[in-house]
Amino acid sequence: MVLNMGPQHPSTHGVLRLLLEIDGETIVRIMPDIGYLHTGIEKTCEAKFYQQVVPMTDRIDYLCPMTNNLAYVLAVEKLLGMEIPEKAQWLRVLCNELTRINSHLVWLGTSAMDLGAMTVFLYCFREREELLKFFEAVAGQRMMTSYFRVGGVALEPPLGWFDRVKKFADTFPSKMDEYEGLLTQNPIFVMRTKGVAKLTKEDAIALGASGPTMRGSGIDFDIRRDMPYSSYDKFQFQVPVRTEGDVYARYQCRVQELRESCKIVQQALAGMPEGPIKADSPKVVLPDREKMKTQMESLIYHFKIVTEGFTVPPGEVYSAIESPRGEMGYYIVSDGTAKPYRVHMRSPSFANLQVLRTMCEGQLIADVVAAIGSIDIVLGDCDR
Amino acid sequence: MPLEPAITDVEPLKDKPALAKLLASDTIVVEQVKWDRDELSIWVARENLVDAIKLLRSSTETQFTFLSDITCTDWYPSEPRFEVSYHLLSMARKERVRLKVKLLGDDAQVDSLFSVFPSCDFFEREVFDLFGVRFHGHPNLARIMMPEDWKGHPLRKDYPVEGYR
Repeated sequence: MVLNMGPQHPSTHGVLRLLLEIDGETIVRIMPDIGYLHTGIEKTCEAKFYQQVVPMTDRIDYLCPMTNNLAYVLAVEKLLGMEIPEKAQWLRVLCNELTRINSHLVWLGTSAMDLGAMTVFLYCFREREELLKFFEAVAGQRMMTSYFRVGGVALEPPLGWFDRVKKFADTFPSKMDEYEGLLTQNPIFVMRTKGVAKLTKEDAIALGASGPTMRGSGIDFDIRRDMPYSSYDKFQFQVPVRTEGDVYARYQCRVQELRESCKIVQQALAGMPEGPIKADSPKVVLPDREKMKTQMESLIYHFKIVTEGFTVPPGEVYSAIESPRGEMGYYIVSDGTAKPYRVHMRSPSFANLQVLRTMCEGQLIADVVAAIGSIDIVLGDCDR
Repeated sequence: MPLEPAITDVEPLKDKPALAKLLASDTIVVEQVKWDRDELSIWVARENLVDAIKLLRSSTETQFTFLSDITCTDWYPSEPRFEVSYHLLSMARKERVRLKVKLLGDDAQVDSLFSVFPSCDFFEREVFDLFGVRFHGHPNLARIMMPEDWKGHPLRKDYPVEGYR
């Protein structure tokens, strides 16, 4: 029998359609059907200036918007050969890790709710509300922040913002203890996740899984630690790796990542350097607003950048970062004009979805729900 | 750091492990090479693609065991029109390389990597769907983003941004 787990389903975390060929309760074949959220972002980016692409990148993986921003601006800065001031880099790390906490909290809440634990969902979203208030204070928007710019960050954080984030980071580990107390030793949760949807080490690499999906199967690789970008080499943090490869292992990896992200946030707050938040490159970076209103050259630069964009020397670049879901890469081809010739997003959810077949074939239907939750896909990321 | 000019000669790049491995092989033809912005791009002939990737994956000097991405660029109206790029990552040596294949507009087909990297499944389907490049040996080369009955390949340069509807 072929069962349709349709695009509208509370447990598929987005508009994912799964065709399940079942024999009783066991799955014989599983065929994912995606494309319901395809909005042609890659095509649209070819018609926009480089700085206009930044708000489009927010909407790709909508649970970690700042991470997408970072991946894109790092790629463009690599194309331009631009040096970013230290304070901007540390602010980027701080916001990136807050976004990682944000995204993992949504994962924890929704995948626990799929398995029946409703309270965890509400607790996670209570923490998430605090984080969204921080993002609103610093960038003006709760979710689609577009906070990073080519050359640095958009604005200085408001007065008192660092103290609020510090208060949050101080109380967060105790909140994590609360969630772990509800789930980690819970016999129902353990029974539904231990030994379910196993992914072996060889399969993980062969099928292109990255991020916690791959680290839950024993592969010790994290782009932040191994190929660092944006000052990540100045931070100390552990990368959790488990070998069992089941849903419980991936759960443990992500929960540990939440704690490690909190540690990175503390380190970033403690050591935040002073300095400018944008690079010194008048042809690319918009000038300070006050200067723009009083000095002629700044006004001219502002006008030219906004109306004509900045040109990027021809070439191509592939720049990847570690998003909460895995390796997020941007492949940008420039032909020397102010609009990118080709922008391709290597989205982790697109590649990670391929492991679903290996994980679920031969398992029960109820395990599919646990498996989808554990690979943590976001359909905006998958379809673009 | 200011940009350094790209290096396109083979001579100064001969020591890079990925390039050295491909140059040492008798059957693989390296058409072009570029070192730009700290990234190595190697153009190979279409027939040698699968062998080149197998060699880079299995040899201990290079160990490119992870396929990061397969994508395509459309250079319409100049020929060769399509340029398919394969991004490989070596987790052990923390290095990346980009292999590229140039294809003509009316002969846009290349062998699938399914026997080497099963992760190419969705990537190749996406390139087929949005550009029209066919991959021989792919188990299920169907459209993935657009609906099954869609006509045309949206990411080609002669397809308008607004679409046809």
